[in-house]
Amino acid sequence: MSEMENLAALPVNQCIKIFVQRDFTDGTAVKFQNKYPPELRGKIEESQFSQTLNTLNGLYAEAESLSSRTYCESCFACLTAYLAYLCMDTYYEKCLKKVNRYIEEQNKTVYVPRGVMLVDPVERGLRVLEICLLNETNHR
Amino acid sequence: MPKKVRKWEVFPGKNKFYCNGRIMMAKQSGIFYLTCSLIVVTSGLFFGFDCVYLAEHVTPAIPAIGVALFLFVMSTLFRTSFSDPGVIPRSTPDEAAEIEKQIEVPNTSSPGTYRPPPRTREVVVKGQVIKLKYCFTCKIFRPPRASHCSLCDNCVERFDHHCPWVGNCVGKRNYRYFYLFILSLSVLCIYIFACVLTHLILRAQNDNFLNAMKESPASIVEAIICFFSVWSIIGLAGFHTYLATSEQTTNEDIKGSFTAKRGQDNFNPYSKGSIIKNCMTVLCGPTAPSLLDRRGFVVPEVSQALVVQVSENPEKEHNSVNVRHEYYGSTNITNQKTNSTGMNTADDINNESKNVAKREMITYQTPDGTVNSKLPPNSGGGPPTCTGRKNHIWDMTLNQLNYMDIVIPITSENTESGTKGEKTVVSRGCSTEY
Repeated sequence: MSEMENLAALPVNQCIKIFVQRDFTDGTAVKFQNKYPPELRGKIEESQFSQTLNTLNGLYAEAESLSSRTYCESCFACLTAYLAYLCMDTYYEKCLKKVNRYIEEQNKTVYVPRGVMLVDPVERGLRVLEICLLNETNHR
Repeated sequence: MPKKVRKWEVFPGKNKFYCNGRIMMAKQSGIFYLTCSLIVVTSGLFFGFDCVYLAEHVTPAIPAIGVALFLFVMSTLFRTSFSDPGVIPRSTPDEAAEIEKQIEVPNTSSPGTYRPPPRTREVVVKGQVIKLKYCFTCKIFRPPRASHCSLCDNCVERFDHHCPWVGNCVGKRNYRYFYLFILSLSVLCIYIFACVLTHLILRAQNDNFLNAMKESPASIVEAIICFFSVWSIIGLAGFHTYLATSEQTTNEDIKGSFTAKRGQDNFNPYSKGSIIKNCMTVLCGPTAPSLLDRRGFVVPEVSQALVVQVSENPEKEHNSVNVRHEYYGSTNITNQKTNSTGMNTADDINNESKNVAKREMITYQTPDGTVNSKLPPNSGGGPPTCTGRKNHIWDMTLNQLNYMDIVIPITSENTESGTKGEKTVVSRGCSTEY
C-alpha cells in the first residue's frame, strides 16, 4: 500500500504519457478509441484495458443519452427560467463524478500497482484519456 | 504562503471574467449592454405606463404575463451571455508535443514550402467523412463541429456564431439558452406591441387617436422600438428554428457543409433523424458541464526548473518541437511550455545513446544539430525564414530517423524494454500512422 502511494506521489508531469484519442464514429458524443496502446504491453492486459475503456465509454454514453430523466430535468430547469441550475447538479455532472470515482477505483485496484495511471479525461477537457507510465520518467 | 491563483486568472483566451470566475464573457461587450438597456427600457416603459391602464381596464393578467415573459427573457439572456459557450481547453504541453509528432509525417512531401499546408485529419462520423483541422492556437485537432472564435481566441464546441448582441460566443453549452432567448424575446416583442396598440385603441375610443397618443407618449416610443426590432428578431427566431429542427449550426449552414450539391452522399451526420427529436435534443438534451474549471486552483508546475536545466544542456541535438513552435509563431506562454516538452524528448533520446545503433544515428546528425540549435542561445542570427525552413526539413528527416531507430531496437531486442519502452511512447503517433 505504501509503495502504491509512493508511486502516485511521483511527479506525474515528468513521466511518459500515452494519449487515447476521441472516437467520433458515432457522432460528437464523448467516446474514446478502444484501441490497445502497444506501450502498455507487459503492464496491463489487453482485456483489462478494453474492459476499462468500455465501462468508461458506457458511463459517458449514459451521460449523453437522451433519457426521460434528462428531458424532465431540462424541462424543469426551463420552467424555472434556468434558475434551478444555480442550486442543482445536472445529470451530466453526476455522471462525470461517477466517471471520476470509477477511474480512481480502477487506478487504485488495477493500474497504479502496475505502474500505470489513468487521468480523468475531464482534466484534459474530455479531449483525450491520458495514461501515465509512472516508473518511466522522461528525463533523468 | 503565496496567494492561490484561480484558473480563470490565467485563462489564455480573450475573455472577461466577473464574480471570481463565475461569469465569463467576450472582451467587447458594448453591444450587450445596448441589448440589455433596450429590453429593460422598453419593458420598463411598458410596465410603467401601459400596464397600469390595461390592468385597470382590461385584466390584471396582462402585467402578470408580461413580468413572467420579461423575467424569462432576461434570465435566458444572462445565461447565454455569462456562461461558458463550450470552450475546449487548450492542450497540455505533453499532448501538444504528441500531436506535433503525429502531424510531422505528412509534411515531408512538401518540405520546401514556407507555410505548411493546413493540417487536417479525417474522421468518419456515421459514414460521413469529416475533416478535422488543426488549431495552431489551441494545439488540438478541433473535434467535429468545433470552430475557433477569433474574437474570443478559443475553440468552441458546436460553434454556432459569435454574437455581439449577447456579448459571447454561441456554442454547445449556451445554444439552448440563446435559442430560447430569441424565441421568448420575439414573443415579448409581439406581446408588448399588441398591448400598446390595445392601450392606444382603448384610449382612442373615448377620445380621438391623436389625443390618446398625447396622453401616453411612452406607448409611442415602445411601439416604435418594438415595430422595428420585431422583424429582425422574428426572422432570427425562424432561422434558428429551422437550424434546430435540422440540427445544424449557423456556421455549418453558412458554409453549406451538408448541402447536397457538394456530392450526392452529403448528409448531416449529427441529425437525430426526425424534426421533433432534433428539437428535443436542442431544448431538453443533456447539459454538458463546462470543461474549463474556471474556479479551480492553478497547480504550480514543479518540473519547470528541471526543464530549464535540461535546455541548457549543450549536447541536445534535435529539439524538433521547439523549432517548429518558434517557426509558427505561437503565443508566448504555450510556446514556452511546449518547448520544454520538446526538450524533454530530445534529452530523452540523448540518454538512450548507449544503444549502438542510436549513437551512430546521432553522430550522423551532428551537423544538423548545430543547425537546429539556432534557438535563442546559439543563434548567430540568420534570416529567420531561411533558417526556419532549413530546420523544418532537418526536423523531418531527423524525426523519421529517430522513429526508425526506435522501431528497430524494439523489434530486435524486446528483452531490454526498460528504457526502450519510453521511446515507443514518444513515437506512438507515428507508428500508428504506418
